[in-house]
Amino acid sequence: MNAFDTALRVQGIVKTFPAVRALDDVSFDVRPGEVHALLGENGAGKSTLMKVLAGMHRPDQGRIFISEEPAILHSPLEAKRLGVVLIHQELSLAEQMSVAENIFLGELPRKNFGMVDWKKLYADAEAILQRLNCDFGPQTRVEDLSIAKKQMVEIARALTVEAKAVIFDEPTASLTDQEKEVLFDVIRDLQAQGVGIVYISHRMEEIFRISNRISVLRDGTYRGTLETVDTNEDEVTRLMIGRSLDTSRGGKVVSTGPVVLKVENLSCGDLFENVSFSVQAGEVLGFYGLVGAGRTAIAEALFGLRRLSQGKVVLNGQEITITSPRHAVEQGLALVPESRKEQGLVLGMSCRDNMTLPQIGNLTTGPFVSNGGEIAIFDRYRDLLSIKTPGWRQLVGNLSGGNQQKIVIGKWLAMRPKVLIVDEPTRGIDVGSKAEIHNLLRELAADGYAVIVISSEMPEILSVSDRIIAMYRGEITREFTADEVTEDNLVQAISGLS
Amino acid sequence: MAEATLTSNRLKGLGGTLAKQGILIAFIVFMIGFALFSEKFLTSGNVMTVIRQAAIVGVMAIGVTVVVIGGNLDLSVGSMLSFSTVLVVDLHDKIGPGEAIAVMLVATLVLGALNGFLIGYLRLNSLIVTLGMLSAIQGLTLIYTGGQNVDISHQDTTWFAVFGRGQVFGLPVPILIFAVVAVIVHVVLAYTPYGRRVYAVGGNPMAAVFSGIRRNRVVACSYLISAFCTGIAAVILGSRVMGSQNNVGQGYELLVLAAVILGGTSLLGGSGSVLKTVIGVLILGFIQNGLLLLGYAYYVQWLVTWVVIILAVWLDVAAKRGRLFSPIA
Ligand SMILES: Nc1ncnc2c1ncn2[C@@H]1O[C@H](COP(=O)(O)OP(=O)(O)OP(=O)(O)O)[C@@H](O)[C@H]1O
Ligand SMILES: [Mg+2]
Repeated sequence: MNAFDTALRVQGIVKTFPAVRALDDVSFDVRPGEVHALLGENGAGKSTLMKVLAGMHRPDQGRIFISEEPAILHSPLEAKRLGVVLIHQELSLAEQMSVAENIFLGELPRKNFGMVDWKKLYADAEAILQRLNCDFGPQTRVEDLSIAKKQMVEIARALTVEAKAVIFDEPTASLTDQEKEVLFDVIRDLQAQGVGIVYISHRMEEIFRISNRISVLRDGTYRGTLETVDTNEDEVTRLMIGRSLDTSRGGKVVSTGPVVLKVENLSCGDLFENVSFSVQAGEVLGFYGLVGAGRTAIAEALFGLRRLSQGKVVLNGQEITITSPRHAVEQGLALVPESRKEQGLVLGMSCRDNMTLPQIGNLTTGPFVSNGGEIAIFDRYRDLLSIKTPGWRQLVGNLSGGNQQKIVIGKWLAMRPKVLIVDEPTRGIDVGSKAEIHNLLRELAADGYAVIVISSEMPEILSVSDRIIAMYRGEITREFTADEVTEDNLVQAISGLS
Repeated sequence: MAEATLTSNRLKGLGGTLAKQGILIAFIVFMIGFALFSEKFLTSGNVMTVIRQAAIVGVMAIGVTVVVIGGNLDLSVGSMLSFSTVLVVDLHDKIGPGEAIAVMLVATLVLGALNGFLIGYLRLNSLIVTLGMLSAIQGLTLIYTGGQNVDISHQDTTWFAVFGRGQVFGLPVPILIFAVVAVIVHVVLAYTPYGRRVYAVGGNPMAAVFSGIRRNRVVACSYLISAFCTGIAAVILGSRVMGSQNNVGQGYELLVLAAVILGGTSLLGGSGSVLKTVIGVLILGFIQNGLLLLGYAYYVQWLVTWVVIILAVWLDVAAKRGRLFSPIA
C-alpha cells in the first residue's frame, strides 16, 4: 500500500445555495492510482462536490484531506498547487488567448524581470499537446478551435502540475471516439503514476470500462460506493434513480405522413456538398457521422445561420429561401444547437425567460408579455422534461449542466415546430432523462412532427431513428432504414469505406 | 468568468450584507454626512432643486441604460444634447415652438438611427462609433450655428417655457417628465417582448440570434430610444435656459454613463434596470449639490464622483464574488 491510503478524501460535506441543498453530508474518497467514477442524475450535486474539492466553492460544513493532510482551499490555484486539478464540465477557457497561455494560465513561466518566457511556454505546451495527440499548435487562439479541441485544451491544463488527484467532470461529452481513446490513455498514464482520478460521466459503458470503484450521489446525498467488478449497470442505475430503466423503445412505425421538408443538392462552401434528403411528418431522421462531417453545418444552414452556395429547400411543398434564424422560426423550424452555453442559453436570465425567448413576441396580452402565459409554458415543459430547479426565477447559469440542456430542449419544444432539428440532444444528460428524451422525440414524431436528430452516439442514433443518414466529409454516403442498419455498416459508412 | 460570478450569490456576515447594498449604503452615508454639515441639504426645497437639476441627466441616462443593457455604449449623447438644444432653440423663433420640437426630435432620431445602423447593422464597435459621433455631432452643431450662440426672444410669452420652468400640481415639470420617461422605459424593459430581447442580446448575443431574435434591429432600436430621450432632455434644457451655447452638452456623456454605472447596470450588458439608473442619477445629483452647499468648486465634484463610482463598482463586484478581496476572477 502507498504511504497514503487516499489521494483525496472528504468528510461530511454540506453545501447550500439559496433554496437548494446541493450537498448534504457527503463523504467520499479517491485512492492513489484508482479511477473512481461518480454517478448521479442531473443536479445530484456531482459538479458541486468537485468544485468544493477544487477550491471553487467553500463548503458550509465538512472537511477535505489531500494525502490525508487536512486542507482548506480558498481558490482553484491553491487547490492546484496542493495537487488537485479539476477539468470543468462547462469549458472555462480564455477565448482570446493562445492555447499555451490557457494551459499555463496563472503560472506562466518567467524570465528575468518577471517577463514571460515565451519560448519555454510554447515548448512546454507543445510537449503536453503531443502527449494528447492534438493536431493544433500551442499558438493557436482558443476561439478558433472546435468544442472537442477546446475540451482537449482543458484536459491539457491538468497535466501541468504534479497532481495527486485529477477530476474529470464529463470530459467526453463532446469528444469523438478517437479523442476519447486518447483521453483514456492519458488517464491510464496518470493512474500508473499513482494519481487518483475522479471521473464523472453519464455514459455507463465508459464507466464500466475505466473505473475501479463507483460512487453514487442522489439529491445531494451519498448513496454508496460499489466495486466496479462486483456490480452492473442495472444496480448502479437503481441506486441513481431509484428504479430500473425501461429502455424498450416504442415500435418503429414506418411513416406514412406527407413529406414536410425536402432539400435538394444543398451545398455550402467546403462544409458540405450536394446534400439531398427529405423528412416526413411522423418520422425521426437521424444524422450520424464523425464530428466535422458537416451535420451541424447542414442544420445551421437550414436554420438560416449559413448562406447556401447552391440548392433548394422545400417546406410543405413550397420552395423557400431561409435568410435568418428569425425567418426559420417563422417558417416552423426549430434548432436545438450543439453548444448550450454559447448558442442555447442566456446564462444570466431566468429559466422561464430562456424557455420562452423564441416566442416572446407572441406571448402577449396587448403590448405586454403575459406573465401567466409564460409561467404556464414553463411549468408544462419543466414537468414534461423533469427539469430540476427551485423555481422559474432561478438563473439558468445556476442549474446543473444536464438541466441546462433540458431548458434548451424545452425552449424549442414549446414552439411546436413543424420540423425539429436537435443537435446532440442528450449531451450531459443522465441515463434516466436520456431515455425520457428519446421517448419524447419518438412521441413527437408520432404526433406528426418531423424530427431530425444529429448525434455522435451510435446507441442514441440507433434507438431513436426511423431512418439514418450517414455522412462523411460533407457528403452523404448512405441512407439506411431502421431495419437494414447494423453497427458495422454504419461505422463503414461514416468513415468513407462503403 | 461566468462561473465565478454565478457561483456565490450567498453571502455571510456583515461584509457580505454591506457589499450587497453597497450603492445604497454609500448613498445613505453621503446623505447623512451632508445633512450634518449643511442644514439646508435635506429641506424639501433643496431636494426638489436637486431632482429638477438631475432631470436632464436622468432622462438621458434612462435612454442610455437601454443601450448598455443591450451590451453597447453610447458616448454620443453629450454632443447630441448640444445639437438638439441648439436646434430647438434656434427654430423656436423661426417656425414656432411645436414645430421646432417636432423637427428637432426627428433630426435627433436621425442621428440615433445613424448610430443604430453603424453599430446594429454594420456591427461596428459601439465605443468607437459613438466616440466618433461625439465629435462629429459637435462639428455639425458648429456648422449649423456658424459658431454663434442661439436664444429665444420672447421668453416670457412662449408656452415652450413650461418644460423647463413650469409647475404642475406643485411639481416642477422637469421632474414630471423625468418620472414619466422613467416609468415608460421601465415598462418597456420589464414588461414587453422588446425589453426581454434587449436583455437577451446583451446577455448572450449568439444565443439571442439562435433564438430567432433580430439582434441588429434590437440594437439599432436601443440607439433610437437613447436619441429620443436625449431629444426630450434637450427640450427641458432649452426651455430652462431659453438659449443655448454650442457646447452645452459637453461632458454630459460621462455624467450619464456615471449615473448608469453608479446605479449598478453592468457595462457587460444583459443586466440592469431603469430603477437602478434612477437611483444612480439621484446619488450623483445629491453628491454634486451637497458639495456645492459645502462650498466646494465644481471641479471637486468630478473627483468625488470618480471616487464614488470606483467604490460602487468595487462593492458591486465584491457582492457578486461574495468577498471584498478576491484572488480569483
Ligand atoms: N451557483 C449555484 N447557485 C444556485 N444553485 C446551484 C449553483 N450551483 C449548483 N446549484 C444547484 O445545485 C444542484 C447540484 O448541481 P450540480 O451542478 O452539482 O449537479 P450535477 O450532479 O453536476 O448535475 P449534471 O449531471 O447535470 O451536471 C442543482 O440543483 C443546481 O441547480
Ligand atoms: Mg455537473
